[in-house]
Amino acid sequence: MKTTFFSSVLFFAMLAFANQSCAGAGSDSTKNSSAAKTVSADKDNAGLKLPAGFGALAVATGLGEARHIAVTANGDIYVKLSSLYKGKSIYFLHDNNGDGKADVQTGFGDFTGTGIAVKNGYLYASSDEEVFRYKLDANGNAVNQTQPEKIITGLLNRHEHESKSIALDNDGNIYVNIGAYSNDCQVKDRVKGSPSINPCPILDSAGGIWQFKADKLNQTYGDGTRYATGLRNVVGLDWNSDINALFVMQHGRDQLHDLFPDLYTTKQSAELPAECMYQLHQGSNCGWPYAYYDEIQHKKIINPEYGGDGKKEASPDIQDPVVAFPGHMAPNGLLFYTGNMFPEKYKHGAFIAFHGSWNRAPEPQKGYFVAFVPFKDGKPSGDWEVFADNFAGGPEYMQPGKAKHRPCGLAQGPDGSLYISDDSGGTVYRIIYTGK
Amino acid sequence: MKKITTGIFIFVSCSLYLFAQTTVQPSIARGKKLYIQYCLSCHQEDGSGVPKLNPPLIKTSYVSGDKTKLIAWVLSGSTENIPIDGKYYSNNMAPQANLKDQEIADVLTYIRNSFGNKAGAVTAVEVKAVRGNTK
Repeated sequence: MKTTFFSSVLFFAMLAFANQSCAGAGSDSTKNSSAAKTVSADKDNAGLKLPAGFGALAVATGLGEARHIAVTANGDIYVKLSSLYKGKSIYFLHDNNGDGKADVQTGFGDFTGTGIAVKNGYLYASSDEEVFRYKLDANGNAVNQTQPEKIITGLLNRHEHESKSIALDNDGNIYVNIGAYSNDCQVKDRVKGSPSINPCPILDSAGGIWQFKADKLNQTYGDGTRYATGLRNVVGLDWNSDINALFVMQHGRDQLHDLFPDLYTTKQSAELPAECMYQLHQGSNCGWPYAYYDEIQHKKIINPEYGGDGKKEASPDIQDPVVAFPGHMAPNGLLFYTGNMFPEKYKHGAFIAFHGSWNRAPEPQKGYFVAFVPFKDGKPSGDWEVFADNFAGGPEYMQPGKAKHRPCGLAQGPDGSLYISDDSGGTVYRIIYTGK
Repeated sequence: MKKITTGIFIFVSCSLYLFAQTTVQPSIARGKKLYIQYCLSCHQEDGSGVPKLNPPLIKTSYVSGDKTKLIAWVLSGSTENIPIDGKYYSNNMAPQANLKDQEIADVLTYIRNSFGNKAGAVTAVEVKAVRGNTK
């Protein structure tokens, strides 16, 4: 009897050992296969048009309104959604076998919004009123997924320009865009003939970038500082670590022709004002709602609501843009490239995701691409160019309600890949360089 | 007698149809011009709108449904976060109360009979009644 019992124990022990060994072998073989598989572009570059030597693959598709994205040191991706997808607002994407495609998609969080960033062991994510953070473990996985820390609360959300984009510096600060809930600070928003308010009262709590501490809980307006003002709405922003400065992309004002048909033709209204990149510092004033930047005259012009006629120049105290792009293309993502994968030309330069225009109608729409601006020593060193194109899916889809994909967020992977999120088709793209 | 009744019915129907055609078609044509001037830049040439910002005008319950609600929306504009067929749109809509009753009737008749929509015409009398109530 004893022998039988002993044999049984021995048998089960052996079984357990064999089981473990096999499991071990299994995971080893997974590792081996992951080493064997490499990231390669999709046959059609996931529908994108790219410069020679670049390729694109769709990492994930159908995620819904994928706004901004962040990539961990392990190459895992966090995606922030502005509408719930399967009841969740943040998605964690992981590639098991090394082919670059997301094999694991895990959702958590129930607050919809735009901003997301990974910094110093934390994942930061915003709703349209608050900013939260999750501690990341050594593998970059968010812990306490149901109980994030609330870093910032009580930010204004009055319906228009409500998204709260975020960026972090290297000194423990977080920067949050608080968009103006208005087109140009008229008494009645977007109403022809309605006068402007002077001074514009919106600017005390919106229409700028606010700075907060990245590790302090429950901060609100009184705890932070208004870092920069006169910015109508910023969606794309990034900290440039080469020169330690915050850069932002402003969404310029709409409807110059609709509101002032005697001063602006539909063609002028489609081109103006410029979509501007600004390099900010504490106290920057970029002019909204009093002025805009005209990229054709290369001048700061007084807004017609504030007495402008399309020609009168604005105060020289207003900051000049670093780069001025054609109007209404809706820059939603900004990223300074610091990777080593792309050719030298791209290092230190800026990628900008242009979501695509609507306010150029009845003129043809523009944007729906990712642009690139080369930089040297923190300043543009050449003209901007289109980098990744054809997100919309062809000229007949170059309209906001028809575009198959609209680029929105940008992130850089640890290997130097460029990631692009799309909030129309819910695709996450990865751009790789394979040329010599 | 039955034949006469049927005859009158057909005559009245045809007259009403022709009347509708002769008043609705010009209204649609006038409405299109007004649409280009006042609505197009936000709602787009084909009424497809802008996701998350400006609602589409294609087969939505607001456009094809209750006229009173639609007329009131155009007269008063909107700065509220009101869902349209379950979706939210962020941009404020300017009130269009400066347009005449007939102009609002025309532009709504155009919208309700364009972009794949097939809904009844809006008349100046209907606009006037709603304007009286919203003041």
